[in-house]
Amino acid sequence: MKVALFVPCYVDQFYPQVGIASLQLLEKLGVKAEFPAAQTCCGQPLANSGCERDALPIYRHYVDTFAAYDYVVAPSGSCVYHVRKHFDKLEQTPDVQQVRTSAYDLIDFIYNVLGVKEIPGSFPHRVGLHLSCHGQRGLHQANESEMTPVRDGQLRQLLGSLDGIELTHLDRNDECCGFGGTFCVSEAAISARMGQDRVADHLRNGTSVLTGGDMSCLMHLEGIVRRGKLPMRVMHAAEILNGTIS
Amino acid sequence: MNHATRAAKFIGDADRTTWHDETLWFVRTKRDKAVYAVPEFQDLRELASQIKNHTLSKLDFYLEQFEEQAKRNGVHVHWAADADEHNAIILDIIRQHNATRIVKSKSMLTEECHLNPHLIANGIEVVDTDLGERIIQLRDEAPSHLVLPAIHLKKEDVGETFFQHLGTAKGEVDPQVLTEAARQHLRARFLAAEVAISGVNFAVAETGGIVICTNEGNADLGVNLAHVHIGAMGIEKLIPRLSDLSVFTRLLARSATGQPVTTYTSHYTKPADGKEMHIVIVDNGRTKQLGRPDFRASLKCIRCGACMNTCPVYRRSGGHSYDATVPGPIGSILSPNIDMKKHSSLPFASTLCGSCSDVCPVKIDIHTQLYKWRQVLAEANEIPASKKWSMKLMGRFLTSPRALGIGGKLARHGIKFLPYSLTHARHFNVWAVARELPEPPKQSFHEWYQQQEVK
Repeated sequence: MKVALFVPCYVDQFYPQVGIASLQLLEKLGVKAEFPAAQTCCGQPLANSGCERDALPIYRHYVDTFAAYDYVVAPSGSCVYHVRKHFDKLEQTPDVQQVRTSAYDLIDFIYNVLGVKEIPGSFPHRVGLHLSCHGQRGLHQANESEMTPVRDGQLRQLLGSLDGIELTHLDRNDECCGFGGTFCVSEAAISARMGQDRVADHLRNGTSVLTGGDMSCLMHLEGIVRRGKLPMRVMHAAEILNGTIS
Repeated sequence: MNHATRAAKFIGDADRTTWHDETLWFVRTKRDKAVYAVPEFQDLRELASQIKNHTLSKLDFYLEQFEEQAKRNGVHVHWAADADEHNAIILDIIRQHNATRIVKSKSMLTEECHLNPHLIANGIEVVDTDLGERIIQLRDEAPSHLVLPAIHLKKEDVGETFFQHLGTAKGEVDPQVLTEAARQHLRARFLAAEVAISGVNFAVAETGGIVICTNEGNADLGVNLAHVHIGAMGIEKLIPRLSDLSVFTRLLARSATGQPVTTYTSHYTKPADGKEMHIVIVDNGRTKQLGRPDFRASLKCIRCGACMNTCPVYRRSGGHSYDATVPGPIGSILSPNIDMKKHSSLPFASTLCGSCSDVCPVKIDIHTQLYKWRQVLAEANEIPASKKWSMKLMGRFLTSPRALGIGGKLARHGIKFLPYSLTHARHFNVWAVARELPEPPKQSFHEWYQQQEVK
């Protein structure tokens, strides 16, 4: 099994520890992932702004970089969702088809491909789970409140298996955080307010560690937490899981 | 003015934004409870979606079948290519009866065609009889929601409006007192009306009948009292058979308000003895949308408003921020079809979270269509030039790992070494108005990984 790690552009630059945790976590679970140095980005920021045409060279670069791997794993459901769903704009060569099916969110990969449903370790904290919309509604990594009252999903199960952890029960389980890519600046007022409301839900319900599978949501929420000097740590789920497993 | 500017204005009143968000979220949770209680709800959505897809694929056939049946029932059927024709036809019918007093029950189509100003300009008194519609008509405002047109108003606002227009006491905010005042006020209009105009929720091709779903019963009161009934419908309101109707009535009210069914589901098939019934079938851009493969499915909409209640952007920006007849996510995929320039910012008024698509009772892929409208708008140069050029630049940058490495390093060092007042200056950096920038790490993942390899 040939596995590549895809570290999204903003994670590469601002959250290297998330890439490191992903790499180490995979290794602890028996997967030695490679990091192809030529990688850049999935092109989503451009495409979500309407500039899909300008994103095509980025798509092609991604395909060239990752076509040779059985799995391409990223600590960000949003990028994975973009590759799977929106690379339909490219001519569907075998390479393009390959990268569209081999792209996996890290948690999805651990849960479904590796079949790991429990993580040995302890994390005695009150943890609030932020579900990324693209991971949840796009990649179906968690139940949706639009469909069912049952709050379940891959990350909830993996985190829930840790000793001592207490998962926060939010008033609104899966409301969007308001990051939304370029939305965070083009609709800055709404974006910020959505983030503030999200953080307030966590605060109200006792979250001391805010986590999730998608660093882009967390970057936005962390910006709000730090601005408000709130008593809450923001960590990617890979950091928690990697830290607990020995 | 774009959506973001109007939204920022709404959100400026933080308390009102909280109230608006919580009120609509309450409706969303009511919807959830009603939906969870029906185990086959997802199957119903699929069925409704297929019925609508089928109908849209044979719309010409079903429209003609409907017309033929309706005529056989003694109904006058009119065809309107656009809003002007729709308004002219209705004015003509009113004039034929020398009528001047009209009652109307909620019809987003007449709103879309701007019928009221047209009638008023021609000396006709037209009164909207849904409570919410009447409130905003008195205030000379547009509806801010498909099924809750006055949801942007608090009871204090209604009290003030009724004090000014209906003579209730100053400061009266008791909902029951205010509703009773509206009831008495409207009752006189109902009794005096010569013509009643209604919208249409469903038009059944095999019977030629129309179905109107309301909670207040005002459509029925208006239609049954007046001598002439005019039903106005868009071409997309058709369903093939009467037996298809229950699929939609089970979905509509649950999705809209969490009720199992609307209080009234009224069937109008033919005029009562001595009375007249007209149906105006309107295109007004719908065939154009039908001709757009990526956006065709938007015509499946049954106007339940669930996508508004669930939309985290709508709940915090208010319906008027969309400046369109139909606000919210569904409006944002319908409106650019009508006027791409005016509505160019609407498909961007979304995080693409996808909740709209998941609550949609007829499974319209709303968030995917929002994404696709963005592409159409950019190709048509209807996005800001600054965005277009920065994206082009970014495109160059993001195909080169070397350029990304250098650029990223510059950004990290910039945040680290430049003064906070500069990196977080609100005029340059809207991110920083309410958020801190990430704390720049010493090295990128790329750099760290290279080091590991060297070791």
